[in-house]
Amino acid sequence: MSEERAPDRVVGIDLGTTNSLVAYMEGSEPIVIPGVDGSNLVPSIVALDVVDPAAENARPTVTVGNSARRALIENPERAIYSVKRLMGRGLEDVQDELKLFPFHLAEDIEAGEVLRIRLGDKTFTPSEISAYILRQLKRNAERYFGAPVTRAVITVPAYFNDAQRQATRDAGRMAGLDVLRLVNEPTAAALAYGLDRAKEGLIAVYDFGGGTFDISILKLNDGIFEVIATNGDTHLGGDDIDNLLLAVALDEIGNEHGIELRQQPDAIQALRKAVIEAKITLSSEPAVKLDIELPGGGRYQREIPREIYEQLIQPVLARTAAPCKQALADAGVTPGQIEELVLVGGSTRIPAVRVLVDQLFELSARGKKPHTELNPDEVVALGAAVQASILAGSSTTTEELLLLDVTPLSLGIEALGGVVAKIIQRNSTIPASATEHFTTGVDGQTNVAIHVLQGERELAADCRSLARFDLKGIPPMTAGLPRIEVKFLIDANGILQVTAREQRSGTESQIEVKPTYGLTDEQVESMILDSFDNAEADFEVRQVIEARLEADTILAAVEKAPTSPAWQQISDHEKSQIETARQHLIATKLSGDLQAIRAATTALDHATRNFAEKMMEAAVSGAMRGKTMQAASEELDATAPAEVSAPHPFAPAEFEESR
Amino acid sequence: MSESLDSILKLDSDYFQVFGLPRAFALGTPTLEGDFHRLSRRLHPDRFARASAEEQQWSLAATALLNDAYRTLRDPIQRTEYLLKLEGLQIGEEHAGKGKAADRQPPPDLLEEVFELNMQLEEMRMNQKMGEPDPSLQADLAAARSRFESLLAAVDSDLATRGAEWDTGDVTTRDKASKAMAALLDRRRYLRNLVRGVNEVLAA
Repeated sequence: MSEERAPDRVVGIDLGTTNSLVAYMEGSEPIVIPGVDGSNLVPSIVALDVVDPAAENARPTVTVGNSARRALIENPERAIYSVKRLMGRGLEDVQDELKLFPFHLAEDIEAGEVLRIRLGDKTFTPSEISAYILRQLKRNAERYFGAPVTRAVITVPAYFNDAQRQATRDAGRMAGLDVLRLVNEPTAAALAYGLDRAKEGLIAVYDFGGGTFDISILKLNDGIFEVIATNGDTHLGGDDIDNLLLAVALDEIGNEHGIELRQQPDAIQALRKAVIEAKITLSSEPAVKLDIELPGGGRYQREIPREIYEQLIQPVLARTAAPCKQALADAGVTPGQIEELVLVGGSTRIPAVRVLVDQLFELSARGKKPHTELNPDEVVALGAAVQASILAGSSTTTEELLLLDVTPLSLGIEALGGVVAKIIQRNSTIPASATEHFTTGVDGQTNVAIHVLQGERELAADCRSLARFDLKGIPPMTAGLPRIEVKFLIDANGILQVTAREQRSGTESQIEVKPTYGLTDEQVESMILDSFDNAEADFEVRQVIEARLEADTILAAVEKAPTSPAWQQISDHEKSQIETARQHLIATKLSGDLQAIRAATTALDHATRNFAEKMMEAAVSGAMRGKTMQAASEELDATAPAEVSAPHPFAPAEFEESR
Repeated sequence: MSESLDSILKLDSDYFQVFGLPRAFALGTPTLEGDFHRLSRRLHPDRFARASAEEQQWSLAATALLNDAYRTLRDPIQRTEYLLKLEGLQIGEEHAGKGKAADRQPPPDLLEEVFELNMQLEEMRMNQKMGEPDPSLQADLAAARSRFESLLAAVDSDLATRGAEWDTGDVTTRDKASKAMAALLDRRRYLRNLVRGVNEVLAA
């Protein structure tokens, strides 16, 4: 049982709607791995970099996270947030999303096809966008360990269906990760809390995140975390609150100032940012003031008291009640039987949410409080790290723990009349299987089509299409004679596998899967190779970007040079040398040649060395007499790169207020 | 390799064999949950994360079997249906389209009551459409529901009795008992659907 791979770390990843995190088990405790900027949270924002048109075979490169935030406001058509809302979905499903989110889809998407999103002049599937986020997290972990990271556990909402799970797993593969397991987010949170094996009893996890809501009821017993029932809404989260506030603001601005901002994507994003900050403030303050500069110079100023805010968002919060009641009913327990309640997700910081949860689960009535000891933004990633450790067998703390999860949706087959025959019930512990028998309707028929769906409704039209399976290679026989045994197996990731055998002849039928809203294995493979090529080229590309930015710094300073009094003090010969070096650097910058750019930068630096000294002297001895060297050099620095625009992946990011 | 895995659990076991239980309608152990947890710890794919692909595939199939077995055996009705099927009877809800007629027909002794209930349900639905609630009709329906629920309880009790007969009987007794149980299951399914229908109407 010895490992042949070089030992590498296994990490847990929370791929969230709003923020993503990567964590691992350090000794007996899971910890979150920070990014370059020291932040634990990587915003799930991806921006397509402006590609240098002069560079040959320019591959698309992207910026992820905090650095991409600015692009949302400055270049909204090249940036995307909340891509999780599009994973595993089709055109028909996302019409509501399209009204509220600035997603730009390709024009030619067919029904049942995977979505393609436009960023700039390129298109990406949701899995590819998510893969960029995963790759950033992978890099953060590798930087932290100083070693490669290739294996991960990735979390998904418990209520994600098969297509959504496959899309997540595909994203992992594209990012170069071996996805050991997809873990349901509430279950992961329970793991993080229940690490202490002494915890026993019935617990509920209320997970209200940026885009999805899950409620899970679990039984903890001697290190076994057994999910009894789960329910949720994959179209419900903090984003919906943001959109409500945004809509109100847009309407008021329209009415009060006569400005219709809805046509201005960059203004909308700026407003959205302000509205989100206000929302966060209202979790701890009784009121907040919005004060936004409008195009044209006016200001939109509005005070929002918490009571008004709560009235406004009540319908969104109320949507979490029905899934809770259904989960309790499916589990066969009353609210009073729930011993512990765990709050997960940034949206559970909202006081009105805590009031609702308290009512739904009769907490304070029984002298109980919900658990919030672990940071609700981080607890899922921490739990994923615990599961990663269980799978890797890397910690004695976790070796006896076991997660028993369930499938959230019933699995069925479309039968005659468009009715669904359920073959695996929702909340069945996974892995779970069912065996069904099919036969042919026509003499000599060599294949049989099966339509598999997920959902609780009676009619196929009201359920989620999972995939169409074509069973091929059936030996030709009289109609009704073949006995094709089809085995449906939902694996530990909650993803369906299908095998089939024609029993009379004993032949295994080949199965061709047409996943709905998904990618075939071949398509995913091709996307991996593209990403892989990018990865190798990427390091160099990053270096070139860095070198160009350095070049820009010095060019900007040199461009300002003639305005400095010291410029008069240098010879014409020197000026012309500086100008030659400057032109040379500008030309070299356009090439992708790292060494050439660096050489040209150094050359310009040398050419301006004397001038720079003179500038310093002028600053010190001239109008700024009396200032310290520090101030003088700051004055000099002030001519430096405020104008440089391309957000550099390794640039010190603006420190956002973390949630 | 596969021999040693096979000694843990044969993948062609029936659900009783998975738990080492005799085939019986009464559950032969008070420790089913504990056994389930113990076996899960041994078989679960999470325990095979570092094993070979072949072992992982085995673990997946073995755990699915374990989970299917636990889910079926812990519920008295599913257990009953399963054992009857194992013993060769055609039982259970088939797919729509190949439906067994038996559980769609009202039990002969209940024809009148069912007829009356259906009328009341129809009337109630009409009232709801028109927005004219009729409290006495509602009370009648609630009473009818109680009646059918106690009929259901009687069926469950009969099933247990027949099950015990089968568990302790000879071939002839078993044959009679299993046929009786099959009929009782049809009756139960019909009554359940009836009660569900009433619940839907009363909750609306």
